[in-house]
Amino acid sequence: MSTHRSAVSYCLGIESTADDFSVGILSFNGDVLANIISAYIPEKGGIHPREAARHHAEVAGKVLEEAFQKARIKPQDIQVIAFSQGPGMGPCLRTGATAARALAAYLQVPLVGVNHCVAHIEIGKLVTGAKDPVALYVSGGNTIVSAFEAGRYRVFGETLDIAVGNCLDVFAREAGLRQEKGVPFGAMVEKMASQGRTFISLPYTVKGMDLSFSGLLTAVVQLLHEGKHPLEDLCFSLQETVFSMLTEVTERALAHTEKREVLLTGGVAANKRLQSMLSQIADEHDARFCVVPKEYALDNGAMIAWTGILAYQHNITLPVEKSFVKLRWRLDAVYAPWVGG
Amino acid sequence: MLIKRGAEASLYLEEWHNRKVIMKRRLPKKYRVSKLDEEIRSYRTLHEPQIIHRAKEAGVPTPTIFMVDIAEATVVMEFINGKQVKQVLDDFSAEERCRLCCVIGNLIGRLHNHGIIHGDLTTSNMILTPHGKVVFVDFGLSEHSTELETRGVDLHLMKRAFQSTHYKYAKESFNMVMEGYAEATGNEAAKNVLEKIKEIEKRGRYVSERKEVAV
Repeated sequence: MSTHRSAVSYCLGIESTADDFSVGILSFNGDVLANIISAYIPEKGGIHPREAARHHAEVAGKVLEEAFQKARIKPQDIQVIAFSQGPGMGPCLRTGATAARALAAYLQVPLVGVNHCVAHIEIGKLVTGAKDPVALYVSGGNTIVSAFEAGRYRVFGETLDIAVGNCLDVFAREAGLRQEKGVPFGAMVEKMASQGRTFISLPYTVKGMDLSFSGLLTAVVQLLHEGKHPLEDLCFSLQETVFSMLTEVTERALAHTEKREVLLTGGVAANKRLQSMLSQIADEHDARFCVVPKEYALDNGAMIAWTGILAYQHNITLPVEKSFVKLRWRLDAVYAPWVGG
Repeated sequence: MLIKRGAEASLYLEEWHNRKVIMKRRLPKKYRVSKLDEEIRSYRTLHEPQIIHRAKEAGVPTPTIFMVDIAEATVVMEFINGKQVKQVLDDFSAEERCRLCCVIGNLIGRLHNHGIIHGDLTTSNMILTPHGKVVFVDFGLSEHSTELETRGVDLHLMKRAFQSTHYKYAKESFNMVMEGYAEATGNEAAKNVLEKIKEIEKRGRYVSERKEVAV
């Protein structure tokens, strides 16, 4: 290992929008050297932003150290620091931003603020080779159908209320399922659903390319508390309904934009049933179906680092005094000159 | 002849009793479980012609329905000669565009006056005929409602369609739609629905407090 600054450029990315704190290190040509994720698991209920932020602050040092060890480079080899600037939970975002500012100042390198939703799509494109997809980004916090048009990722459809992952999580908690390390609620619902036999009709709410899950959640929770149906059947019906809705709007966006690729990303992308539904509509429209592997589909630092590199190479950097976090930073508010150039 | 494979139906241009017609077939979607698939297809097949008929009563040009086959989830309807508004809007002068958007807004207002929510207001679902008439098609996601909320969502979709597809002049186009809408519904109703749209937008995820929606 040489002691002087290496010829290859590296970016370190910090992700901390919600319950995960993660650090990724990538070379400018897109090699992932490290992608370390530390998840905060609440004892009870959903994510408490302050508690999650406390977790992030506690593990930040350790995760950074681990990332450098894994990447086998020194902090001085880093050319750019990227961080998730939004959207997300305030206390969590601020913890990541503080770490990023400190690192950038210490190393005297530029800072780049990255939009979390853009990052999910960019890393998906990097790891699957997709060029210009219709992207379905589904997680605990987001449900977005997007495609790139003239400088921006446009939002063709999105949830009008809660995110699909949130809908599944709340149902799982109501059903008394317990979250375990490495086994998210979604995976538990998926397993239960695979044993379901009878489909129970639930509200199916699609408005153009937008979706609504809150009424459906209320209905299925009511059925749960009535106790007349086996949990397996409820999980099965819930999954079938929400995934059919997602597939319908994705197909609508595909038909509308006439793109040739479908990209599935976000935490819910791990669900095999959703994957199979989307791959069928992709086939029918002669589009290639790309699913982002789990480690890059969940919230992760690598996606922040990669998007940071793309932005930095187009001279987009962020002065520290302007690096405040943006809790509600929309995907379609980001100018993305690096795409299609 | 298949002319469009959409998300919920395929459109075929056919000859039917010496007429040029559109056959709208809701083919089974393999990705859905059969019970849900049948529910959705038969509901929409039955429901769409009814609403299309009611839209005519409201004074909104729509295709004439010739036949409904629930078992086959097929509707045979008049072929509308013309171009999708989506295709022509970009070639129009600012003045022509404003006039067209105003007409569109007026038609949406008439639908809402009659308790009809289109459910998928995009510029792909409006045909401009050579005579300059605007015909609304695809009522597959429509519903009966007079609630302010559903009207707001309907127009919100229209606004979003402009933002994603006609982003260069999304704002002025939607403003003109609202002007035409106000002509049909009256200023008070138009003002209320505009307020509702703002509320719906704020409810959406990640809309900054100052409500900076991309244009």
